[in-house]
Amino acid sequence: MAEWFMRVACVWLLCSAAQAATVLDDQQQKIQIAKPPQRIVSLLPSLTETVCALGARQRLVGVDRYSNWPASIARVPRVGGGIDPNIESIVALKPDLVLAAGSTRGADRLQALGLTVLRLEPRNHADAQRVLRTVGDALGVPAPESERVWREIQAGVQAAVQSLSPQAKAQRVYFEVSSAPYGASESSFIGETLTRMGVANILSAAMGPFPQVNPEFVVRAQPDVIMAGDSSRVSMAQRPGWASLKAMQAQRICVFKQAESDMLVRAGPRMAEGARLMAECLNRAAGVQR
Amino acid sequence: MKPLQHRAVRWALGLLLLGVTTVLLGTAAGSQGWQAWWLGPADEVSRQIVWDIRLPRSLGAWLGGALLGLAGAVAQGLFRNPLADPYLLGSASGASLGVGTYLSLFGGSAWAASWWMGVGLTGAAFVGAVLAVLLTLLLARGVQQTLRLLLAGVVVGVVLGAVTSMVSLLQPQVLQAMQGFMLGSTAFVSWTACATLGCVLALCVALAWAFSRVLDALTLGESTAHSLGVPLRSARLVLVGVISLSTGAAVAHIGLVAFVGLAAPHLVRSLVRSTHAWRLLLAALMGGALLSLADVLARVLFAPQELPVGVLTAVLGGGYLLWRIYRDTGLRGGAGGLS
Repeated sequence: MAEWFMRVACVWLLCSAAQAATVLDDQQQKIQIAKPPQRIVSLLPSLTETVCALGARQRLVGVDRYSNWPASIARVPRVGGGIDPNIESIVALKPDLVLAAGSTRGADRLQALGLTVLRLEPRNHADAQRVLRTVGDALGVPAPESERVWREIQAGVQAAVQSLSPQAKAQRVYFEVSSAPYGASESSFIGETLTRMGVANILSAAMGPFPQVNPEFVVRAQPDVIMAGDSSRVSMAQRPGWASLKAMQAQRICVFKQAESDMLVRAGPRMAEGARLMAECLNRAAGVQR
Repeated sequence: MKPLQHRAVRWALGLLLLGVTTVLLGTAAGSQGWQAWWLGPADEVSRQIVWDIRLPRSLGAWLGGALLGLAGAVAQGLFRNPLADPYLLGSASGASLGVGTYLSLFGGSAWAASWWMGVGLTGAAFVGAVLAVLLTLLLARGVQQTLRLLLAGVVVGVVLGAVTSMVSLLQPQVLQAMQGFMLGSTAFVSWTACATLGCVLALCVALAWAFSRVLDALTLGESTAHSLGVPLRSARLVLVGVISLSTGAAVAHIGLVAFVGLAAPHLVRSLVRSTHAWRLLLAALMGGALLSLADVLARVLFAPQELPVGVLTAVLGGGYLLWRIYRDTGLRGGAGGLS
């Protein structure tokens, strides 16, 4: 009997040793995670989506107010947003892992209160892969499983790339992120997807990922296609000189609804869907008579 | 003891009691609902929520409010202007610029200069506030001329504000975090922050009390004060130091909380007529009570959601000032003002 008990104990010890994980956060700090977390709080929508894509939706006990996918997380308690996380509500949920963006205010405070905080903020394709792997390791998801999820996402992006017609690829694009207006350059996450599709971006990587754009710059650059979020719909037509833009005249404009914008701007597991939206837009624009 | 002083002492005790009550109330109120810590032992998490989250933030709100109230009273006395507030010497925009710079350096890339990490957001805000006041002093060539000092403060505020806008425009990801700082919040105050705020408050109250005679003399005008033999130069330097130190510390820990520094001295003046020594102390107590009361309200009004306390003080403080202007002009047939 005692021998049997020892055996079980040994197996249990080995298992838990194998499950203990050390992961690196965005600041290259080592975060020790003793056993796979069962109560997770996520303070960034793309991290919430990553946790769900890794099949750990049931372990989420709290999310930020901007997390809205998958639909089943609607019932998960809200704990404020990235700039105003509700410290008290988070502590009350007794999480064994808090996922937060690097810029989240109060992450230090949560750490000081004894919580395990993993700071990750995906900004480009390479980040998205690293974050998926890191979250997988932290959650105790086997490495092949997170690799499989990543390969699926990549297959989806590749399918979107291949769905483009040759004419669609020959276009130059202006992608507007917000109506200030800020655009997405080649070095942004969105720009990387566009580059992979082989289309040209009027905003070069040297301008920084999301440069503020002078309306005049766009008039001079004469993009073939304009992609924008819902907030830009009204103001675009009123900008000086934009009425003369060929893309405006030929209606080669794609205005994405809020739910679609979420897919496009979050560097998470739904990047394949975002790529598909952009591909559809490009194909449609290429079909319009010039 | 003179009757005026009696009245001041009574008000001081009353305001202190109000402050203690609201801080205690603050430990019971929060997004997790009412939790009376005095009702027997609770579980580990409730204990942590009350002792490590609610108590330091309630105390931090009181201390921050007291610092702003004190700074406001000193500023109004020193500049002999009822509209002077603690942010007058450019400290607020300096703190914003500090935070903006910190965020754009640190939020921009993952590795970030590591010594910035050590300084933290709080340190950046404090350094920014103090540097802005020093810049104001430099532009005004010292503290001799009040008007020049005021003007320099306004100019520094505008210029640094513009630089902050530029920094956040170039780095749009900074905008959101900046917004959070501008609104002011007590949510992230820790025990360490409380200790810092407490030390600064003790130092500033002591200094302000010691130099309060100068403020009394100044009410008679600068030349009269001078002829009375008041050491104006050194006193001004110390009092400007008090304003910038207390504002810098408060802003660094609780963000840009509006109107407390303006409203607290006004409330005190409408309640008691006394010398500056008592007025400064009462303004500090009033500021503390106001902000901790606002903090409790901010937590319970939309629970479990929480309002940034700065929004609430702006609404309440602004409302109060408007009401006073309305009432005063009504009483005096249009010629009244805030005095």
